[in-house]
Amino acid sequence: MSATAASPAAPAAPPARGESPTRRAIRRFVRHRLALAGFIVVLAFVLVAALAPWIAPYDPIATSWSRIRKPPSELFWFGTDENGRDVLSRMIWGARASLMAGVISVLGAVLLGVPVGLLAGLAGGWVDAVISRIADAMLSIPFLILAIALAAFLGPALENAMLAIAITASPVFVRLSRGMALDAKSTDWVEAARSLGNPPWRTAFVHVLPNIVPPLLVQSTLSIAEAIIAEASLSFLGLGQQPPAPSWGSMLNSAQRFLETAPWLAIAPGAAIFVVVLAFNLMGDGLRDALDPRADRR
Amino acid sequence: MTAPLLELRDLAKGFPVRDAIGRRRGAVRAVDGVSLAVPKGSVLAIVGESGCGKSTLGRLALRLIEPDSGQILFEGEDLRTLSPAALRARRRDMQLIFQDPFASLDPRMTVEQAVAEPLRLHRIVPRAQETQRVAELLSRVGLRPELARRWPHEFSGGQRQRIAIARALASQPKLIIGDEPVSALDVSVQAQVVNLLQDLIRELGLTFVLISHDLGVVRHIADRVAVMYLGRIVEEGATDAVFRTPRHPYTRALLAAVPGQGQGPAALLEGDIPSPIKPPSGCRFRTRCPHAQAICAEIPPPLAGAVHRAACHFQDSLPAAPAARETDAGGERLRRLQAYFTDQKQRTGELA
Repeated sequence: MSATAASPAAPAAPPARGESPTRRAIRRFVRHRLALAGFIVVLAFVLVAALAPWIAPYDPIATSWSRIRKPPSELFWFGTDENGRDVLSRMIWGARASLMAGVISVLGAVLLGVPVGLLAGLAGGWVDAVISRIADAMLSIPFLILAIALAAFLGPALENAMLAIAITASPVFVRLSRGMALDAKSTDWVEAARSLGNPPWRTAFVHVLPNIVPPLLVQSTLSIAEAIIAEASLSFLGLGQQPPAPSWGSMLNSAQRFLETAPWLAIAPGAAIFVVVLAFNLMGDGLRDALDPRADRR
Repeated sequence: MTAPLLELRDLAKGFPVRDAIGRRRGAVRAVDGVSLAVPKGSVLAIVGESGCGKSTLGRLALRLIEPDSGQILFEGEDLRTLSPAALRARRRDMQLIFQDPFASLDPRMTVEQAVAEPLRLHRIVPRAQETQRVAELLSRVGLRPELARRWPHEFSGGQRQRIAIARALASQPKLIIGDEPVSALDVSVQAQVVNLLQDLIRELGLTFVLISHDLGVVRHIADRVAVMYLGRIVEEGATDAVFRTPRHPYTRALLAAVPGQGQGPAALLEGDIPSPIKPPSGCRFRTRCPHAQAICAEIPPPLAGAVHRAACHFQDSLPAAPAARETDAGGERLRRLQAYFTDQKQRTGELA
């Protein structure tokens, strides 16, 4: 008997530091091809926007009577517009407006919505009731209509458009973080945090917040896509980026008068919006899969 | 007997029951007038069926849930009179070990962060010594300190429960409440964790409240036992006395239900536990009690007696129960496992 009862093989020495939930999510995200593609496209657009002053071939607002509405050519890859400006250069500079509007306004929405949502979820009672009703009321108004109303009220400027989009996008984050906070509140580890002597704010930000980052991250990427469309729409209506500064939305607006004679004016910004929004959505889907806790069981 | 570290006086808590549109429809009286004293350095077990209110009682005792009425005297000071900040500071002295080790650790904190949290919250050691202290705590509960940088999801249930125990010990509490601390674990691991708890209680002179339905474990480590039924204490006394000469019919039934006890089906209870929303009048146990008489429906029996108290009108006239056998099955199983692991520990050095 004693011969067969030999001690089991010692398990391989485990690494000193385990794999954090964050690292595991990154590993899974990288394996997700479409998501990775989306991420690369987004990264490319971000680089283009950041490097606009160096890579734009022409001044995006310099007009020229000699080259009005020229079709794409070797000199002007995407053609020129009704004022003789290079469409490619305007696209590159316009990427700044679009991405900034997308990222900054969603950042604003997160900073506004998440603390309020956490408060509602963790405090409960009448605080929750008041916050939730306000969020519901805002969500009942169509996204774009509310954004247009706010932007019109604040006055036409890119900053105001971003503020309007941030306010309009925040109820989604209020609701999401409230729901997640409610879930977390009923768990043992939140009760444990309380029983250890954590003050409520510390429980909220040190324990609950890190655990609800995954869904917030997914929602953020999807909201950025939505915000880019909203910015384009506001600019199209003249409520966003002001001329002569370029933005994809305002470029589409001026292009509509020449759809038949100069279609390249509309194709380039339209395609750019489409590609960026698609890329953000793919990235969001990939993140959702990568962060899905149910996939934890390996 | 030494002065009680924790004393509960007439503690009560009801959870409102609402109908589909949110109107109040009575309340579940989870804990209904419980008075108990836990002397310093003793181990009190609270036993009862699931749903009898024992977990609620544990949380009320730490004021994790607000009681509706009653007093929680901790070192003579009523926790209910403390401000939120003062209560948080007091939490240093009283800790809770949860039943489910898979749920009680924050999934986004490493072991080190989790165990260090009480140290940081109550400023127990300077930051520079934190790592050192965490390592000590981990080896105290039988875990290798090198595991400190790992995440909870990398551990087994038993290891996680050890982490939770280390976290509970970190602030050097005077009182620890264990809410079914081993019942979610595998049987073999249960014995190890029970051993660990026993060692800790002995060596650190802990005052421990063990909430459990495992009578084997209870008999093994508790000094005193309180039996709960439908939100009330029905019997309370020294462990040995309660197990040898149970004075309440419910306690007798509980003991008879331990597998291998061999008291025959006659002693087993019939029927379900009544709804705590509308508990029976008088004695709450009367609907399932083989000895119930008219008076039981009229007058709720007080918890009577000096050292060994029971809430039964007929506690002195009940037919003598066949004394619980010296080695009840649960205890026997546990003892064998513990003997095995102690033996193994000596052979192979520290476990885990």
